[in-house]
Amino acid sequence: MKLQQLSLFLENRPGRLEAPLSAIAAEGINILTLSLADTAQFGILRLIVRDWERAKRVLEQAGWVVNLTEVVAVDVLDRPGGLAEALRILEDSDLNIEYMYAFSLRRGDKAILIFRFEDPDRAIQVLTDKGLHVVDGEELMSFVP
Amino acid sequence: MMSVRSTTTAQPHPMWDRAAETRPRAEREALQLERLRAQLERARRVPFYRDILSHRELGPQSLRSLDDVRRLPFTTKDDMRRQHPLGLLAVPRKELARIHGSSGTTGTPTFVGYTAGDLQTWSELCARFLVAGGLRPEHTVQVAFGYGLFTGGFGLHYGIEKVGAAVIPVAAGNTRRQLEIMRDLDPEVLICTPSYALTIADTARELGLEPRALPIRIGHFGGEPWTEDMRREIEEQLDIQAFNNYGLSEIIGPGVSGECQARTGMHIQEDHFLVECLDPETLEPVPEGEPGELVITALTREAMPMLRYRTRDIARLYRDPCPCGRTTMRMSRVTGRTDDMLIIRGVNVFPSQIEEALLRVEGTTPHYLIEVSRPGTLDEVHVKVEIHPEIFSDRMDRMQALCDRISREIQTVAGIRAHVDLVEPRRLERFVGKAKRVLDTRGLAD
Repeated sequence: MKLQQLSLFLENRPGRLEAPLSAIAAEGINILTLSLADTAQFGILRLIVRDWERAKRVLEQAGWVVNLTEVVAVDVLDRPGGLAEALRILEDSDLNIEYMYAFSLRRGDKAILIFRFEDPDRAIQVLTDKGLHVVDGEELMSFVP
Repeated sequence: MMSVRSTTTAQPHPMWDRAAETRPRAEREALQLERLRAQLERARRVPFYRDILSHRELGPQSLRSLDDVRRLPFTTKDDMRRQHPLGLLAVPRKELARIHGSSGTTGTPTFVGYTAGDLQTWSELCARFLVAGGLRPEHTVQVAFGYGLFTGGFGLHYGIEKVGAAVIPVAAGNTRRQLEIMRDLDPEVLICTPSYALTIADTARELGLEPRALPIRIGHFGGEPWTEDMRREIEEQLDIQAFNNYGLSEIIGPGVSGECQARTGMHIQEDHFLVECLDPETLEPVPEGEPGELVITALTREAMPMLRYRTRDIARLYRDPCPCGRTTMRMSRVTGRTDDMLIIRGVNVFPSQIEEALLRVEGTTPHYLIEVSRPGTLDEVHVKVEIHPEIFSDRMDRMQALCDRISREIQTVAGIRAHVDLVEPRRLERFVGKAKRVLDTRGLAD
């Protein structure tokens, strides 16, 4: 049920984001979504890709420090209040979210939320119990070309 | 004690101790030799020196001329560290009147002991260079040097009192308060590091004050290397006369040498210090006026009779006459170091201390670079550390905590605040042989 997320360390200076993205593009690896957390000095690029093992290899060979993290994807209705509703459920369940990001799918009426929980296994249990739909990797990949 | 001696303003070049400062060279050299012999006797009370001197069969009779100082052993900072904390004392502990210290490469300071007599000598020495640089008994002096283990604050403080001027012991920091005190009390003289003088000027402007209108007319600056360009800038911005002085805690603190009104170099207080200028490789004397490492023997120190201390400071020595009438040898500014020591905001820092701090943080790689710059008037340090899989996290809070932790360790070990810049792997240059760990863009060498 869990997804593998790749994280990269980037210096915060011009051109640093483009380089790793080009490296995996050259290998024909498609990015489902990404998020960037940054300070004035450095950034952390987080990527969900179709073939994470190959992407990790490519990036590491090119010299990046890549970290592998298990994250959880949940789908919600792509309409006003969709995210808020999901977050309310999470708040009530006392799950600790390290960070999250979201994206909408090009097809259908769904948006995907990506969560980094302290304890992903318990989170999946709680989310499922509360009636939220946890999307696994295979299903997520089927949504995109 | 000695009151105001020959410091009347009628004389063009007032001196604190005219007899000592204008003593004919031959007479002074005889005094130096006599004191060197006495110092050798005193050094024999220190086990460290006794062993070496006995082994080399050196006694006062071995010193027939001042040149024979070269038969004596060197003392290094490492020797001091091996004798930590006070193994180089030549007097019983109970005779100490004060203990100062300086930062060392291990994070623990090296301590220096003073007898009551040493403190008297020290005040005299500071009085000499303060008067040479325009201090008068009627002046009020703002001391913005740190008071503490650092020798700057207390050394100058007692020198000013010795001259008979009034001291405002503000100590370092809180620039706004420094300016308020300056406006309230009208001190004519400022004592601090040269870079802090520029900070005071900057802060004054920020507060809408004209720095040139501040009451300060004279500045005595030291504790860190500076240049003639900086002097011009300080003098222009504050409308003052700026004087340089030199000293180091291992020998006594400030007071080893200082400038007179002629500003043709710093007059060395030769009756208290025997200063050699040596090629740091061959350890042979360099020709007069050539740069070399200063090696100093303290001729009158009671608590710690330092023999031939290798300062690692590079400077030049001059013996040509000075218009002020002092007959003492002069030294140039310190233009470099023979080791990799950095002086950052007046704090001595060795790159090995930064390395030690990094070693305390697991997973930081052996690749780092210390960048020292002076973007405004104050030194800034950035420590670049290569990121490594062991320390990389996808969580921002963890990454921030890592930077904070490295910064804290650097503060603990080296005593300076440093910005920690994490950089991508292999971003820092790799070296075959000795790695270059420091990029100093302050341009301090003249």
